[in-house]
Amino acid sequence: MLRFAIRRFAAAVGVLVAISILTFLIFEAIPNGNPALRLAGRTASPADIAAVERTYGFDKPIWVQYARTMKEVFTGSIQSYTQHVTVMSQIKRGLPATVSLAVGAAVIWLLVSVVLGLVAALRAGRALDTTITVVGFTGISAPSFVVGAVLLYLLAFKTHLFPNGGYVGPSTSIPSWLHHMLLPWISLAVLYIGIYSQVLRSTVVDTLSEDFVRTARAKGLSRRRILTGHVLRTSLIPLVSLFGLDFAGVVGGGAILVEDVFNLNGVGQYIAQSISSLDVPPILVGVLFGAIFVVLFSALVDVVYAALDPRIRLQA
Amino acid sequence: MALLTVEHLRVSFRTEGGTVHAVDDVSFALQPGEVLGIVGESGSGKSVTAMTLLGLTRSPNATFSGRAVLEATAADPEVDLLAADERGLQHVRGKRVAMVFQDPMTALNPVHRVGDQIAEQVRAHSRVSRSAARDRAADLLRRVGIPRAAERARAYPHEFSGGMRQRVMIAMALSCDPQVLVADEPTTALDVTIQAQILAEIEDLRAETGVGVLLITHDLGVIAEVADRVVVMYAGRVVEQGGLRPIFTDPLHPYTWGLLGSVPRIDRDRPERLPTIGGTPPSLLAPPAGCHFKTRCPHRFGRCDEVPELRGADPADPGHSDRCWLDLAAKREKRVVDGAIGLPLRPTGAVR
Repeated sequence: MLRFAIRRFAAAVGVLVAISILTFLIFEAIPNGNPALRLAGRTASPADIAAVERTYGFDKPIWVQYARTMKEVFTGSIQSYTQHVTVMSQIKRGLPATVSLAVGAAVIWLLVSVVLGLVAALRAGRALDTTITVVGFTGISAPSFVVGAVLLYLLAFKTHLFPNGGYVGPSTSIPSWLHHMLLPWISLAVLYIGIYSQVLRSTVVDTLSEDFVRTARAKGLSRRRILTGHVLRTSLIPLVSLFGLDFAGVVGGGAILVEDVFNLNGVGQYIAQSISSLDVPPILVGVLFGAIFVVLFSALVDVVYAALDPRIRLQA
Repeated sequence: MALLTVEHLRVSFRTEGGTVHAVDDVSFALQPGEVLGIVGESGSGKSVTAMTLLGLTRSPNATFSGRAVLEATAADPEVDLLAADERGLQHVRGKRVAMVFQDPMTALNPVHRVGDQIAEQVRAHSRVSRSAARDRAADLLRRVGIPRAAERARAYPHEFSGGMRQRVMIAMALSCDPQVLVADEPTTALDVTIQAQILAEIEDLRAETGVGVLLITHDLGVIAEVADRVVVMYAGRVVEQGGLRPIFTDPLHPYTWGLLGSVPRIDRDRPERLPTIGGTPPSLLAPPAGCHFKTRCPHRFGRCDEVPELRGADPADPGHSDRCWLDLAAKREKRVVDGAIGLPLRPTGAVR
C-alpha cells in the first residue's frame, strides 16, 4: 500500500510537470500572445513595453520564464496579467461555487443513473428499456449549455420559478443555495445520467447472466437481496472509475459551460474568462488544479477498486 | 411416498428459431437417502430438468407442464415445485432443495468472502444472528474437509482451488439441511483425483444426513461410482431407468447400449478409433416423430414411428423400464456386439 502510494505520487508529479510545460508552451506559441502588451496598457510606448518585459522577465529565455512562473505558482504569489490580483485568491473565491456544483450534480447523476440503469436492465428489451435508452442518448447528445439555457429561459426568465443565475453560498442561506443550484445541477447531471445509466444497464445485463447470480437464486435469497448484494455490488465497479475522473474534472473547473450559463463565478468561469483574454497565469494554475484533481481521484479510484473487488491487489 | 416425485414433466422454450422441447415427458422418483443418477449427453435435457426443480428455468419464454412434488416434512408442507409461486419457491430453494453447480470457478460471487456467502443462505432461511450464521458457515466448511475452516471462511473464492470451491458449494448446499441435493455435473470441471474426493464427500454426506441426491452427469464412470439408481435421458426424454447394476449389466434401450459401448475399456485392446454412436442428436426444435433415437438406431423398425411408452420389460426386474419397442428377447440378443454390449458400427436396418 505504501509502495503503491509512493509510486502513484511520483507518477502524479511527472504528469503535472508535463502538463505545466505543455500549457506554458501552448500559450507561448499563440501569436500576439505577448503579455507585456496587455500589462503595459492601451497607450503604452515601445519603451514602456520593453520596461514591462524587463520587469516581468519576458525578455529572458523561455525556460527561465517557465521556472520563474512555476516558482510563483507554488508560492501562491502568481498574479494575473490583466487584473492585478493573485490567481490563488480568485480561485479560492470561485471554489465554493464549483464544489457546490460538482457535489450536487454528482449526487443527482449517480442516484438517477443507478435507478434508470437498473430499471432498464431488468426490463431489457421491453418498451421501458427502449424509452430509457432513447432519453439517455438524448441527454448525452444535448450540450449542457443548451440544456442550461433552455431551463433558464423556461423556468427563470419566463416563469420566474428560479433565479436567473448567480451563486449564493449554503452558509448564507441553505434554501437559497438550493434554489440557485438546482438548475445548474440538473443541466450538468443530464449528460452524465445518459452515460452512466447506459454503462450500468449493460453491466447489469451481463451480471444477471453470471453463474453466481444463478447460485444466489438457488440459495433462496429474495429478489431484492440478489439485486443489491450480488448484481449491483459487482455492476457498480466500472462506474467507479468513470465517476472518479468525471467528478475530478468537474471539481477541477471542467464545468466551464454550465458555470458560465448560470453565472456561478466558479473556477471554471474564471478560467474561461482568462482564456478569452490570453491571461496565462490563471490558465496555467487552472489546468494544474484540474490535473491535480484528476490524478488524485484516479489514485483514489484504484484504492476503491481494490476494496470493491478483492481480486485486485494494489501493487507498485 | 418418495421424497421427490416428478411426473410427466415437460419444459419448452420459445426461441427465435421456434419452440425447443427441452424436456419431453420426464418422470422419476427420488427416494430418501438415495443417489439417483441422471445421465445423458449435452442437450438431453438433464440440466434443464434439474434447474426446473428449483424454478431456475422460469422465464416469459418458458412453458411447463406436469408435476414435481416434494414430500412434506415435520416443518414444511408438501409442495408442487412447478405450481409454486416465486415466494413459495424462495422458501424451497436452498432450504429444502439445494443445488451444486457444474463450474465452481464461476458459481461463487468473486467479491464476497466464502463464509459470508454461506452465512447469507443460512440467514435467508432462519432467524439467526450474523455471528451465529458465520459460526455455522465455519462448521460447514470444516464438515466438508476444509482445513483451518474458521480462517478460510474469511477468504475470497479466488483464493481457493477448484476442488476447494466445489467443497464450498457443497457446504453451502448443505447449510440448511435440505431434503434434496441436486448436483448438476458437480465434478465435470475438476480433475480426476479431486473428482474422486468430491464424489466420496457426496457419498459420506448422503449416508450421514439421509439427503436424497439427484446427480446429473454425462460421465458413466461417476454414475457407476456413486449412483443407486440411474435415469438415462436422450433428447428430452427418459429412455431407460433402473437400478445401477441392471443398467450396466442388462441395459434394455439401444441408446444405453451405445453409451456403454462408447466407454473406452482398459481390459481390451485399444481399437483404432474409439467407438461412438453414429449420427448426431436430433434438433429439439423439430424432434423426429415417434422414438427420438430412431434416426441413429441401427435396430429401428416400422413401429419406431410411434412414441414408445416408458414401461417395464422384465417382470423379474420391476424397477427397470425403458422406451423401446423391441421385445425383451430381441434386445438381449441385439445388444451384444463382438462379445460386449454396444451398437453395431454400421447400421443394420434401413437408414437413409
